[in-house]
Amino acid sequence: MTVLAVRDLSKSFGGVQAVEALNFDLAAGELLALIGPNGAGKTTCFNMLNGQLRPDEGSVRFLGKELVGQSPRRIWRLGVGRTFQITATFASMTVRENVQMALISHHRRVRAFWARAARLYVDEADALLARVGMADQAERACGILAYGDLKRLELAVALAHGPKLLLMDEPTAGMAPQERIELMALTADIVRERGISVLFTEHDMDVVFAHSNRVMVLNRGHLLAEGTPAQVRNDPIVQEVYLGGGSTFKAEDLSHA
Amino acid sequence: MGFYVAQFLTGLASAASLFLVASGLSIIFGVTRIVNFAHGSFFMLGAYLAYTIVQVLPHGILGFWGSVVAAALIVGVIGAAIEVLLLRRIYHAPELFQLVATFGVVLVIQDVTLWIWGAEDLVGPRAPGLDGAVRILGEPIPEYDLALIVIGPAVLAGIWLLFNRTRWGTLVRAATQDREMVGALGVNQSWLFTSVFFVGSALAGLGGAIQIPREAVSLLMDLNVIADAFVVTVIGGMGSVAGAFLAAVLIGELNAFGILVFPQITIVLAFLVMAVVLIVRPWGLLGRPEAPQRGAAGPLEAPLRAATGPAMAFAATVLALLAVLPWIADEFTLVLVGDILVFALFAASLHFIMGTGGMVSFGHAAYFGLGAYGAALVVKHLGAGMELGLLMAPVAAGIGALVFGWFCVRLSGVYLAMLTLAAAQIVWSIAFQWQDVTGGDDGLLGIWPAAWAGSKTVYYYLVLVLSAGGIYTLRRIVHAPFGYTLRAGRDSSLRVDAIGIDLRGHQWMAFTIAGVFAGLAGGLYVFSKGSIFPDTLAIPHSVDALIMVLLGGVQTLAGPVVGAVSFTLLEDWITRFDYWRIIFGAIILAICILAPEGIAGFALRLLPGRLTGRVEESAR
Repeated sequence: MTVLAVRDLSKSFGGVQAVEALNFDLAAGELLALIGPNGAGKTTCFNMLNGQLRPDEGSVRFLGKELVGQSPRRIWRLGVGRTFQITATFASMTVRENVQMALISHHRRVRAFWARAARLYVDEADALLARVGMADQAERACGILAYGDLKRLELAVALAHGPKLLLMDEPTAGMAPQERIELMALTADIVRERGISVLFTEHDMDVVFAHSNRVMVLNRGHLLAEGTPAQVRNDPIVQEVYLGGGSTFKAEDLSHA
Repeated sequence: MGFYVAQFLTGLASAASLFLVASGLSIIFGVTRIVNFAHGSFFMLGAYLAYTIVQVLPHGILGFWGSVVAAALIVGVIGAAIEVLLLRRIYHAPELFQLVATFGVVLVIQDVTLWIWGAEDLVGPRAPGLDGAVRILGEPIPEYDLALIVIGPAVLAGIWLLFNRTRWGTLVRAATQDREMVGALGVNQSWLFTSVFFVGSALAGLGGAIQIPREAVSLLMDLNVIADAFVVTVIGGMGSVAGAFLAAVLIGELNAFGILVFPQITIVLAFLVMAVVLIVRPWGLLGRPEAPQRGAAGPLEAPLRAATGPAMAFAATVLALLAVLPWIADEFTLVLVGDILVFALFAASLHFIMGTGGMVSFGHAAYFGLGAYGAALVVKHLGAGMELGLLMAPVAAGIGALVFGWFCVRLSGVYLAMLTLAAAQIVWSIAFQWQDVTGGDDGLLGIWPAAWAGSKTVYYYLVLVLSAGGIYTLRRIVHAPFGYTLRAGRDSSLRVDAIGIDLRGHQWMAFTIAGVFAGLAGGLYVFSKGSIFPDTLAIPHSVDALIMVLLGGVQTLAGPVVGAVSFTLLEDWITRFDYWRIIFGAIILAICILAPEGIAGFALRLLPGRLTGRVEESAR
């Protein structure tokens, strides 16, 4: 089943064509990596999917519903969760309260005036925290967490409304190498058991090749290549443009010689 | 035709002084992020100093302009000294705490000026060689005005050269865009800040000094000019000198011509323009969006905790004491405690949007005043009783907050604060100028409680129940999902948006709720005093509320209550002295330096965590 269908998605800023006629599908339960050099259009593409940016052209259908023109809030309600490159959490709340906040919004209780927020959905929040291995830190202030723990907390927050799709912008940015592998392994386990599809961008190729089912390579707004990690890794064009930047120069040097 | 040209030139002349003050304010804000309330005081000092120096120096052109420059330089030194002695110690205090400190400086300078120069208005000499008038298209134009018209652009050109041709200017421009990066590049920040304060204050002093041939030197100059300077700075864009010039000309001309077209609403005109500009260009004409700060300033706010046993016992004891107070205290104390309760509710309502919501209001007195006037007007003009009046108070304030809030929540940070100030000034000028309905400056008198609540004791109980009930309700809302959501939006608007919450709508509702409770406080206030005057809506009253919240501690829920108690008691005690402002200012400054987390925050730090429910864990 197709969870996300992107057709002819385009966006330009002034004269720069950031994303041009991008087409791809994302199947249920699939982990799709979006990679490419800086300026390839990954972030633009992401922001169009999550509603931050309105595309010039094209359509994005999530479970058959058109997302183009919808606000980020509405897209979240439809069942799309997000994590950010630099974590966005509520620093003056405890770890548990961060998750409770997402649950309160999911249950449409943000305008409740009398109930004690800290007592709402405690079990649900604790279950999510336990799943990401943060149960023992539930009472701690979010503002004093280590960065790797913040990333795991953000994952729990993104899972709170039972999303069908997760958009993860560089989920392992800013983490130590060992932590990266662990976080991605955790993410992969969770999405597999819950049947969630994931689209993520990433610069760490170890993470990409170890955990994605499929990889798309963007370059200057175009889809350069697409396929299984093995296919992409061995694609000569991808190697030239992105993976092994040095080879480009070698080829040129040879031709000049 | 000649008349309009004359009017145009008058507008340009008044723009000169306004530009000098506003550019200084703008430069200081750009680099240090301090909203300097004392900037108007520097302007006033410039005028007083020039007045004195011009009498010492030999009479003549050189003597006059020499004293103008000398006054500006002395004010610059005073500004730099204040930066070194005071502000440098509180750069790491919570955001906007510096504002309260600069207000302390305002109070101190007011009394020092009063002590040195006396209360009488002083009339300065005319500028030698420029004391005549020239006829342009048949209209007489003062020569001095023409000189001012030249001085404005000349100073602008000088600042431009300073900014674009010197290393110092390059640093200032860089720091305005990203001061942390400038620090990271190894620039000595404290030297840069001090020099910026020197230049900014000198510009304010110059603005004041060149005014002495045009207006009498008085003790009211500081607060009069600061409101205009804020407007000009914000319209131009905080941190932009060229923007300040453009806006000063705009406001100067608006006043010159506005007085012909709408003489009734000249005061409000500038603020209306500011509101329109901020809605069309949220960062002013030539301003840029505020660069996101890396890392929070000051200590991180701790998570909320439900009240612990000892805290609840303490609150219950206080409430019990308040309940038996009429049996143990005299009438005077009863009235004072009633005032404290009203102001505690007022401060709590400000804290609701400011602490919990992160929306700092410089004009919260508008809603207190709208409540008070709302109640007074139905009593006065509809012959309604106190009950309807007390109902009308929160309704009127709520409607006002609903209208102004819709505009305000579209902005953030200091621009939001300025728009709330503009809103308050608009309300103030309506109350001040709509003589027939509001009584203007004479206010509305004879607004007394209903017969059943006529005794001081009964009215005290009414105030106690409604104020304590209001504060408790606000506290419940803060602990409820509504308050959590508001706090979440303050912590990370990005994340709030990404979990499906309409933050702007939520903030709008919070702004309105704060208005409703401030209005209730205003309603209670008017029936206890029996009268209401436009002062209730004015800037100083808004600043009072800000001080209460910040003195008490903006990160503590008990803060506004503690702040209101200390502020009101302090004011009641100190205003008996002749030079009370200097004492009050000194106390504010002392608290700013010694307890930047506020009184309640300071006390919580001293108490063991067992009593306060705080988790002992060193933050970062």
